[in-house]
Amino acid sequence: MGNLSMFLQHLTNGISLGSLYALIAIGYTMVYGILRLINFAHGDIFMLGVYLTYFGILYTSIPWWLVFVIAPAITGIIGLFLEKVCYKPLRDSPRITILISAIGASFLLQNLGIVLFGGRPRAFPVPRVLNHVVKVRGVSINVITFIIPVVTILLLVGLTYFITKTKTGMAMRALSRDYETASLMGIDINKIISITFFMGSLLAAVGGIMWGARYPQLMPLMGMMPGLKSFIAAVVGGIGNIAGAVAGGFILGLGEIMLVALLPRLTGYRDAFAFVVLIIILLVKPSGLMGQRETEKV
Amino acid sequence: MRKNGRSDRAALLALACVVVGLILANRYLDDYKIRIINLSGIYVTLGLSMNLINGFTGMFSLGHAGFMAIGAYTVGILTMPVQMKEMNFFLQPIVPFLANVEWGFLPALLAAGLVAAVLGIIIGAPVLRLTDDYLAIATLGFAEIIRVVFTNTQSLTNGALGLKGIPNYTNTWWSWGVAFVTIWFVSFLIRGSYGKAFMAIREDEVAARAMGINLFKHKVMSFAFGSFFAGVAGGLLASLLGTIDPNMFRITLTFNILLIVVLGGLGRITGTVISAVIVTVMMEALRFLDESINLGFVEIKGVPGMRMVIFSIILILMVIVGREGFLKRLKGRETSYAEN
Amino acid sequence: MKRKIGLMLLVLVVACSSWVGFAFAQPIKIGVFEPMTGPSAAGGEMTVEGIELALEMKGEVLGREVQIIVVDNKSDKVEAANAVSRLIERDQVVAIIGSYGSSLSMAAGDIVNKAKVPTVGCSPTNPLVTLNNDYYFRVCFIDPFQGTVMANYAVNELGAKTAAVIQDVTQDYSVGLSKYFIDAFRKLTGDPNSIVEVSAYNTGDQDFTAQLTNVKNKQPDVIFAPGNYGESALLIRQARDLGIEVPFLGGDTWEAPEFLSIGGEAVEGAVFSTHFTAEAPVTPESDKFLAAYREKFGKEANAFAALGYDAYMLILDVIEKVGSADSQAIRDGLAQVEGFVGATGIITLDENGDAVKSAVINKVEDGKFVYLTTVEPF
Repeated sequence: MGNLSMFLQHLTNGISLGSLYALIAIGYTMVYGILRLINFAHGDIFMLGVYLTYFGILYTSIPWWLVFVIAPAITGIIGLFLEKVCYKPLRDSPRITILISAIGASFLLQNLGIVLFGGRPRAFPVPRVLNHVVKVRGVSINVITFIIPVVTILLLVGLTYFITKTKTGMAMRALSRDYETASLMGIDINKIISITFFMGSLLAAVGGIMWGARYPQLMPLMGMMPGLKSFIAAVVGGIGNIAGAVAGGFILGLGEIMLVALLPRLTGYRDAFAFVVLIIILLVKPSGLMGQRETEKV
Repeated sequence: MRKNGRSDRAALLALACVVVGLILANRYLDDYKIRIINLSGIYVTLGLSMNLINGFTGMFSLGHAGFMAIGAYTVGILTMPVQMKEMNFFLQPIVPFLANVEWGFLPALLAAGLVAAVLGIIIGAPVLRLTDDYLAIATLGFAEIIRVVFTNTQSLTNGALGLKGIPNYTNTWWSWGVAFVTIWFVSFLIRGSYGKAFMAIREDEVAARAMGINLFKHKVMSFAFGSFFAGVAGGLLASLLGTIDPNMFRITLTFNILLIVVLGGLGRITGTVISAVIVTVMMEALRFLDESINLGFVEIKGVPGMRMVIFSIILILMVIVGREGFLKRLKGRETSYAEN
Repeated sequence: MKRKIGLMLLVLVVACSSWVGFAFAQPIKIGVFEPMTGPSAAGGEMTVEGIELALEMKGEVLGREVQIIVVDNKSDKVEAANAVSRLIERDQVVAIIGSYGSSLSMAAGDIVNKAKVPTVGCSPTNPLVTLNNDYYFRVCFIDPFQGTVMANYAVNELGAKTAAVIQDVTQDYSVGLSKYFIDAFRKLTGDPNSIVEVSAYNTGDQDFTAQLTNVKNKQPDVIFAPGNYGESALLIRQARDLGIEVPFLGGDTWEAPEFLSIGGEAVEGAVFSTHFTAEAPVTPESDKFLAAYREKFGKEANAFAALGYDAYMLILDVIEKVGSADSQAIRDGLAQVEGFVGATGIITLDENGDAVKSAVINKVEDGKFVYLTTVEPF
């Protein structure tokens, strides 16, 4: 294996991992951008999405591509309910309170996962079409690694259009600036927040399905690490900024792979890499690479 | 706070009750119950140390598991007999300067606290200017980094193999003694000018700064004290269990402590002590939820994991239902997400 | 009056005897602490299946009923310590079985040693578990043996000259096994540079492409990658995707149905050492166990169930031999065990309380575990 093809292989691996982080980070950043709330449970909603897809494919006669649409929709509705139960009553409370509620929701979903689905891992039924390997000049690429970046970019473009051009999108942006003024302008806050949560959770499920197709092992705790890392990706890119989240995802994915590629002695530290990046970013440029600076309100 | 004289007398009375209680417990209770009492004491210390940072100073830190790990390993390595160390580090020998140390429990515990505090300062100083969610995620990141580092530095921590054969010094006197020192220290701190400054920072950072309070100094101080006691508690836990490994110190551990703090009330000392005991006892008492219950005529299959579901629900309910009560003090402290 | 006294005496005697009889009828309690939730749940479940089967087959000893009390240690050290303490104090068990996972077993070590309750581990293979502990025994072999067995297989059977090792740095089991494999492999090949790459990952990781690309570049003859079955299956899958064709070797944790379902076609040809296989019954007891297991669960037994079965049967056998269900007597009996015929082989406990017995090597073929060979202790 030549040095060049090895480097290209690492690059491919990095892009593949990065696009997954990016995909999940989009949903994260959307909820945060509009509600200013770290939805700790995002990773666990992601997990629910994968399990729903799993049961949909194995226990119903619905074709897999339809399950790929239905499961995220159901996950979106679950996310909507989660907001109604865990976050809505706290809308006027301090940030810490909501954060605690979010952590509680995250642990609730994880443990419900253990109770409902059992602690043992399951194999995700990857459709054949998505799972075969192509070789390009010595570099092996699984088809799914082509699909994920495409899905990510499509969602990026679609969401950007949605946020900037549609009425609901504009209402969301108004909400992210100022709740009170937005409601005075006749915007139905509850409705917009529900829509935001529905879409955020739906995106988490889409990310989950792609994740499952790439790494076909399902566990109730599977959402925790991808959730945290995608959050970090969102922070790196400037939280609330969709394009930034995608950029952050790629930076993180490529960074993790390149750390192992260039410094093989540090492979054991790979899991700490994302957190180190997070802390550096927070110290150097807390608003992230593409975020706007916030002014302190008195 | 309240009138000092009365609360002092109440505290002395409570102390006397607990001492008598412990004497009786040690005489009449079995090892299993003593173990739970020990754990309760350790959780009291942990709960208070987290409350000092999160409740009194209003910084949302999720790094407790990391500081406990530091304390646990400090005590483990310092108190383990030399021969035991050789046995433990059978894959890779321990670094020479630690190979031949064997300290007593008290100095080791103090060292555990100090190392954790120093690391708390080093870690805290740069990130403490972050607010709320960012601080939470940064401290959580630090705890994870500590775990990963401990896993990989085999010649220092023995890596994933963990340490076995740490002498069991921890008894009810140690665990509750430390708990009382913590209670005393935190209430002393809160009553004094530092405490006032902490709470001023919690209520309104900008106003506190305008009043001439050195934000940075006080935040770092609160964080250092919190880490100190977290480290000591980690040391107590290590000595109670006799064996530790990096995997123990995951975010789930921080979650348990957070549960205690929220249940007891952010910024409440007595509440934290009571909730620490309740949560520890409940964790064991609710075990039946995970196991099969045989009612004679019908057997209900236990559902593993049910216990944690209950605890998560309790946490959410406490936050939602209790928001008018104990969390009220925090209200209006800063922009809520609806007013941003 | 006399009659009255006589009557009272009679009542007393009857009462006493029935009370004594009642005391005798008290069941002998054996505690089981295994991970039923958390990352090690699969291993715990399999083990408990074997123990429950054993209880059904032999539920009585010394004329008394045997009762097992299963507690979940949640794959967590603090929980494991609490669980064992509860078994001893609240349930007053005379002996304990457990646990899958060496670190969980070690968390219980101090407690059983202090309480003087004999404990038999089913599958904790870390040497530290029984070391310096007079009350901890086990029915399985230990990692130094297992690592050496696989190195032998790689060199002698596969003719490997070079090997790469990918270990899970968060698992004591994986780290220990890797170390023993590396030492043995270097010794067998006589080449200190025969291990071309040692790479690492963490439990819970899902992406191993970077590590595997590095390994691929070094072109080893075999790859030794002991770890949890889930992560290992994903790892091998990704290796095949990357075009790594060399055989993968691992340890006993791979023996789980999930290894096959998650790994799919990729794990075909993977070879690992384990304690027992349904395909090669070693003793008459194996046949008995296998038949009973098939009948109860409708499938072939795995090594962990067999070890659970052996641990239980060994304790009962010792109780029978020493004629007492007293903890101290059971411990002394266990220390003398020699040539106990178990389902997983003939078990002799050495001075540390570790079983000296043969290992089995299995291979994945057509989506099944297939028996390759048996390796006797050196």
